[in-house]
Amino acid sequence: MYSEKVMEHFSNPRNVGEIEDADGIGKVGSPSCGDTMDIYIKVKNGVLTDVKFRTFGCAAAIASSSMMTEMAKGKTIEEVLKITRDDVADELGGLPEAKMHCSNLASDAIRAAIKDYLGKSSQEEN
Amino acid sequence: MKRIYMDHSATTPTDPQVVEAMLPYFTDKFGNASSLHSFGQEAAESLEKSRQQVADLIAAKPGEIVFTSGGTESDNLAIKGIAYQNSKRGKHIITSTIEHPAVLNTCAYLEKAGFEVTYVPVDIDGILDVAELENAIRDDTILITVMHANNEIGTIQPISDISKISKEKGIYFHTDAVQSVGKIPVDVKELGIDLLSISSHKIHGPKGIGALYIKKGTCIQAIAHGGEHEGRLRAGTENIPGIVGFAKATTLAKESLEVDSKRLTELRDLLIKKVLDSIEYSYLNGHPTKRLPNNANLRFSFVEGEAMLLSLDMKGIAVSTASACSSKSLEPSHVLKAIGLRPEDAYGSLRISLGKNNTCEEVDYVVESLIDVVAKLRDMSPLV
Repeated sequence: MYSEKVMEHFSNPRNVGEIEDADGIGKVGSPSCGDTMDIYIKVKNGVLTDVKFRTFGCAAAIASSSMMTEMAKGKTIEEVLKITRDDVADELGGLPEAKMHCSNLASDAIRAAIKDYLGKSSQEEN
Repeated sequence: MKRIYMDHSATTPTDPQVVEAMLPYFTDKFGNASSLHSFGQEAAESLEKSRQQVADLIAAKPGEIVFTSGGTESDNLAIKGIAYQNSKRGKHIITSTIEHPAVLNTCAYLEKAGFEVTYVPVDIDGILDVAELENAIRDDTILITVMHANNEIGTIQPISDISKISKEKGIYFHTDAVQSVGKIPVDVKELGIDLLSISSHKIHGPKGIGALYIKKGTCIQAIAHGGEHEGRLRAGTENIPGIVGFAKATTLAKESLEVDSKRLTELRDLLIKKVLDSIEYSYLNGHPTKRLPNNANLRFSFVEGEAMLLSLDMKGIAVSTASACSSKSLEPSHVLKAIGLRPEDAYGSLRISLGKNNTCEEVDYVVESLIDVVAKLRDMSPLV
């Protein structure tokens, strides 16, 4: 059912955890829908220097979170915002159709974290 | 890596004695049971001997057994066959909210065909509300169909109480006994059942074969039409190797039922106790005692079922989950919803179903593995 890459990220997920002094936090999904994802980012000069996640969900949700953190780490905000759910799924060697919402969740979560960061930083400027 | 199979409610390995019994019927004894020559008569004799063996397991008469392709077909034949044959008397059917899809979707099909169906709820243990069932009966009720034991949570229904009511009111009573036959005693006369579905591959028989018990005198019609096989209720050349294998499996199940059910109950309770004692925020779904000897359905807060299933699979352990991500649909299990679980709790449930070859050592390994897997996934979970 799953690609080797999905199983590899599921069994050895990268960047699991929280960032205590995160610059932005994105929380998406709902436990009642079967998956929820929290992504934490650290931003320096417009670059995501650290990304961590916590996910409640199936193997696809966990692998998508893990892959997203890897893809986003070290990239600029502009670059990260260009990552689509299909990019995450492609990097994972594909996801079953019914699981595409999992990669969607990952791209929504990182966008929410960036939005949170941008909101906070614009407040600081004011 | 050693592999441990604990998904016996999904299917069971075919017993080697069953395979041995079947083999001659593929080659030497390949005849069509409808043929008049000696090849055919050899097959016809095996067919009738097998019918007797299957009947013996549920205390029925051989003439009351119709062979089908399995549990799903038996449910379809029972429900549609009764509904269509008795539609002049009424078009109302009563069932429960936790039936197998073979029953629920057959009822849904009949609703589109102009029948009305009442779905009676269950309590938090998954036991049907008999008073509510009685209240649901109308003048035009023609059939009650309630499963004997649930395939997900193993809860055993008060079948005798339901059959008493159905008998009083003159309504046919069908039960899907796919999960219970061969695991707990099933006596159709004692239970007062009119129709009962059985599957072979759940009791160490081959796949693709099953039976419907139809009490003598029941008004029912065929749903597939063709030759005059199986008392004109199930057209098609009989699957003799399958039937012989199924019959052998029923005989073996009957011989070992008492011993197996006692041993499996002990193993099940050991598994449940160890899990609940060693994993915080873990719970048992379903009734603690009114459940199948081999079923443990466990719930773990903050983690998702498919993630647990696949993590256990990597350790060589096969279990199942009916919830969301593991099945093709993304909905939580209708059974776990019906017993009142919140979706996130339904998503965190696992079904472990034991079989006659499982051992105490395997149970220990499964518990140790579960402790690891749940801890690892909880470390990752934002809900903790």
